[in-house]
Amino acid sequence: MWTWFFQLASPPHFYRMAGSLVPWLLWPALLLIVIGSWGGLVQAPADYQQGDGYRIIYVHVPSSYLSMMVYVTMAVAAGIGLIWRIKLAHAVAASCAPIGATFTAAALVTGMLWGKPMWGTYWQWEPRLTSELILLFLYFGYMSLRSAFNDLNQSDRASAVLALAGVVNVPIIHFSVLWWAGLHQGPSISKIDAPSIAFDMLWPLLVMILGFTLFFLGVLAMRVRGEVLEREFHSRWAQDVLRGASPMEAG
Amino acid sequence: MSEFFAMGGYANYVWPAFGITAIVLMVNLLAARRQLRQTRERLQLRLVRQSGKRVNT
Amino acid sequence: MNLGLGNLFWVVLQRDLLVAMRRWSDICNPVIFFVLVVALFPLALNPRAEFLRALAPGVLWIAALLAALLSLNQLFRADIEDGTMEQLLTLPYPLGLVILAKTLAHWLVTGLPVVVVAPLLAITYHLPADAIGILLLSLLIGTPTLSLLGSIGAALTAGLRQSGVLLALMVGPLMLPVLMLGARATDIALSGDDPTGPLYLLGALLALALSLAPPAAAMAIRISAD
Repeated sequence: MWTWFFQLASPPHFYRMAGSLVPWLLWPALLLIVIGSWGGLVQAPADYQQGDGYRIIYVHVPSSYLSMMVYVTMAVAAGIGLIWRIKLAHAVAASCAPIGATFTAAALVTGMLWGKPMWGTYWQWEPRLTSELILLFLYFGYMSLRSAFNDLNQSDRASAVLALAGVVNVPIIHFSVLWWAGLHQGPSISKIDAPSIAFDMLWPLLVMILGFTLFFLGVLAMRVRGEVLEREFHSRWAQDVLRGASPMEAG
Repeated sequence: MSEFFAMGGYANYVWPAFGITAIVLMVNLLAARRQLRQTRERLQLRLVRQSGKRVNT
Repeated sequence: MNLGLGNLFWVVLQRDLLVAMRRWSDICNPVIFFVLVVALFPLALNPRAEFLRALAPGVLWIAALLAALLSLNQLFRADIEDGTMEQLLTLPYPLGLVILAKTLAHWLVTGLPVVVVAPLLAITYHLPADAIGILLLSLLIGTPTLSLLGSIGAALTAGLRQSGVLLALMVGPLMLPVLMLGARATDIALSGDDPTGPLYLLGALLALALSLAPPAAAMAIRISAD
């Protein structure tokens, strides 16, 4: 188990493995997303209250799930990189941020599009959208701190501290937003996570979430390869790869 | 078929939501590919410059 | 020289306060900025008494947050530039304690004046006396939390040449819970209800920040000093 782990964390091995893994992640992701969209748009029946408008959840929920999952992944990777000084972990954290930010934006926009027919307005200061907005700011802060340093090593470690401070704050932000919104009696999207959702409405959602997760892993693997190459520029294997002299180069 | 595209009157919201999500997925894919390619090209250039210097000295 | 940990704390605190006393503009600027922001709203919006009263908790808290954000830049900068920080890094004491003393000194110099001036400004917003009391209390508990959160950001950007907007962008979102709780506590008091709930939560956030922020900022300052 541990030898496997260390092998995985060794940059040349990771670079090669991630390269061959990418198509195995992205093609199933595409397939699942197509099936999930078909299920959500065609197969699932219309909601008795929200009509066909509820179908937006099939893209909103996976996006907002990813927006948070990616942030936690980023913080965990940053923490591992900071404590055990593993370059690969820093590369993962750095690659997470732009992906997470785009999915946060997607969750915001789809949430607003859901809100217009349901609330009569694109924007409500309700907990989900507000938390999502704050999360977007956290991503922006992280990315602009990263880009402020010239030294990659310093940038890695400084942004790791910020990611950890952010992830401690995420539940605090979440609960204070809930508390704050409760005072104003705003409407909420709690309908979306009703536990008694019918099966033919539920399965496309689960398929979409799985598809989005695989998509994230695939895109992440692509980005991490670039980051690893950058961090390992001075090593022999990276220069072999760059010269095209290495059999590692697949895609 | 047109009934399907009408989305029970919610077409103006459902289709943009799916469209924007599709765009976000595409952008992620293309951006990741571009980032990998650009990193590789930049590093290759640096490598060529470095070895060029070594030859000169 | 051999110092106990408590002594170290006082020495750093005293030194920072002395340094600050020599530069009055550092003390005055955040307060003046605070007053300015608070004065903007009646001028830009509407000076009617009941309208201002409804705005007061939010406006005063936002102004306090902005003043805190603006003053953060100065927290470690001078120490990094004149080499003091390098000496502090080599001390055989926990750096978190030094950071805590520095943050406290910074709050006493920039945060406390804001807290003191806030009730006067609240009067110009026609806030009733009991709401002013809660405002004062919430600022007294809340602004140290802002300084502590800010110390992490200030430590991360201490080595950078340009950090003003970046610092605000990084730390601002982390400060939002304090803003929500503090403004809302005052608002609740204004409408005549019991604000102890959010005040306790503010206290909990202060305790959390007191225990977690100094070590995080210490780690950050080591990275910046590299």
